[in-house]
Amino acid sequence: MKSWRLAVCVGLFAAVIGMSTVAADRKGPGATVRRGEYLVTLGGCNDCHTPLKMGANGPEPDRSRLLSGHPQDLAMPPAPKLPPGPWMYTAAATMTAWAGPWGVSFTSNLTPDAETGLGKWTEQNFVESMRSGRHMGHGRSILPPMPYEAIAKMTDSDLKAVFAYLRSIPAVTNRVPDPIVPEPK
Amino acid sequence: MRWVKALLVAVLASAIAAVAKPAPRTHPRPTRLADTGLYSDFASRTVDSQNLPYSPQYPLWSDGARKRRWIHLPPGSTIDARNAEAWVFPVGTKFWKEFAWSRRVETRFLERTSDGWVYAAYVWADDESDAVLAPEAGILSGQEVAPDKRHFIPSVKDCESCHRAGRSEILGFGALQLSSDRDPLAPHAEPVADDFLSLAKLARRGLVRGLPPDILSSPPRIAASSPRGRATLGYLHANCGGCHDSIGSLASLGLTLRYPLSARDALSVPALAAIGRASRIQLPGAKGTSVWLSPGDPSSSAILARMASRNPVYQMPPLGSKVVDEEAVELISRWIGEDLKGSSP
Repeated sequence: MKSWRLAVCVGLFAAVIGMSTVAADRKGPGATVRRGEYLVTLGGCNDCHTPLKMGANGPEPDRSRLLSGHPQDLAMPPAPKLPPGPWMYTAAATMTAWAGPWGVSFTSNLTPDAETGLGKWTEQNFVESMRSGRHMGHGRSILPPMPYEAIAKMTDSDLKAVFAYLRSIPAVTNRVPDPIVPEPK
Repeated sequence: MRWVKALLVAVLASAIAAVAKPAPRTHPRPTRLADTGLYSDFASRTVDSQNLPYSPQYPLWSDGARKRRWIHLPPGSTIDARNAEAWVFPVGTKFWKEFAWSRRVETRFLERTSDGWVYAAYVWADDESDAVLAPEAGILSGQEVAPDKRHFIPSVKDCESCHRAGRSEILGFGALQLSSDRDPLAPHAEPVADDFLSLAKLARRGLVRGLPPDILSSPPRIAASSPRGRATLGYLHANCGGCHDSIGSLASLGLTLRYPLSARDALSVPALAAIGRASRIQLPGAKGTSVWLSPGDPSSSAILARMASRNPVYQMPPLGSKVVDEEAVELISRWIGEDLKGSSP
């Protein structure tokens, strides 16, 4: 009796290990990055962080500037003043500059460029930023229209996957201007 | 039966792992300050004698607020100071900090629970008749700190933003801040009453254990090449060093403004590594990039420019203040312009 129980035990152990190995193989070393890409795509990050350019069929994402934020060579004139009423926000044709009651914000360079992107950020910096709504998790407030409140609800593993993906894309040197914000009361 | 045992062990291990996972910080916060234990008699505002007053030698700038602080340690407990740079406080420790201008406006409260530190802020009524828990998102108080600027009572996230950035969640209560060798030039230092705690008193009363002996025989003092440098480094330690540390969330920036007790002489202070180092931020009106500290040239020093700004994009610290600390700006401007002149990276 002992021998068949031992055989079952060894068999179960081998099956568990085997299943884990198969699962890991299926995911592969790039699984986290792919998960991050999926979340970035689904989360609409490209909508504002990848500039739009005019193509044959109308505005389309400029893939050569993937997730590199507001183009540094696109100097924006002062935002139009809107008359009182329900219209409250304006946006650049690139979708990378936004003006509203908070001031003017320019979408950030999320590529791994060391000087102008997230190259020097740690995974902890990124996760804390998305959780707190503050630059690097402890600095100035992240401004509209960045939907950090929704992103803050993501799990740690999803946020880390997003960061892993952002580290995997080509670095683009693009120094995004600082936001323009009036002093609050 | 071995496989049954193996299965049981596996199930038990999973259960232990689930239990060992840190619990969410859901500790309830009292809805009234009167219920936090600060006062033995709230009506007469008599502070419980078990709550010990103290004053850090380098206070945090809070738009000119007059502040009072107390710590409560559970009877028989001690602070573990084996790591002199990051004391560990026993479960049940409480801290209070009262903010007043012409009247009491706010009292902040931290309590060490088994789940970790819990943060709360209490808003005083205009007539000081009561103080109630502020909303978790914070609230604008009625206290004007400058024309058209009112004191903001911080959100819980704001509290966490500063207190969870570095090596310890407790700021302003440590060996350097409680040293009896107090800095006479420290901006906004408050008078120390006889009953205030000091490092020596903590040790004498057996409230702290594991302090390195040399810290007791030689009270901590900032090593600097001038009295103005000492006051500057102390100010930066208290107002910036909670986040800008070599350990913690923002270590990746490489800007260390926290003063380490391990610094042996004026030249080994990490803040001086900011001399000549490029800052990523482009200062308004400036051409080209700036450096953190530019010896002899305060106007090109990003650290000073950000201290002197209250634009939300640039101001430092990024929260907790709406008014520039002019006294500190003057102190640090002269330190950069005169004391650092000729220094090289």
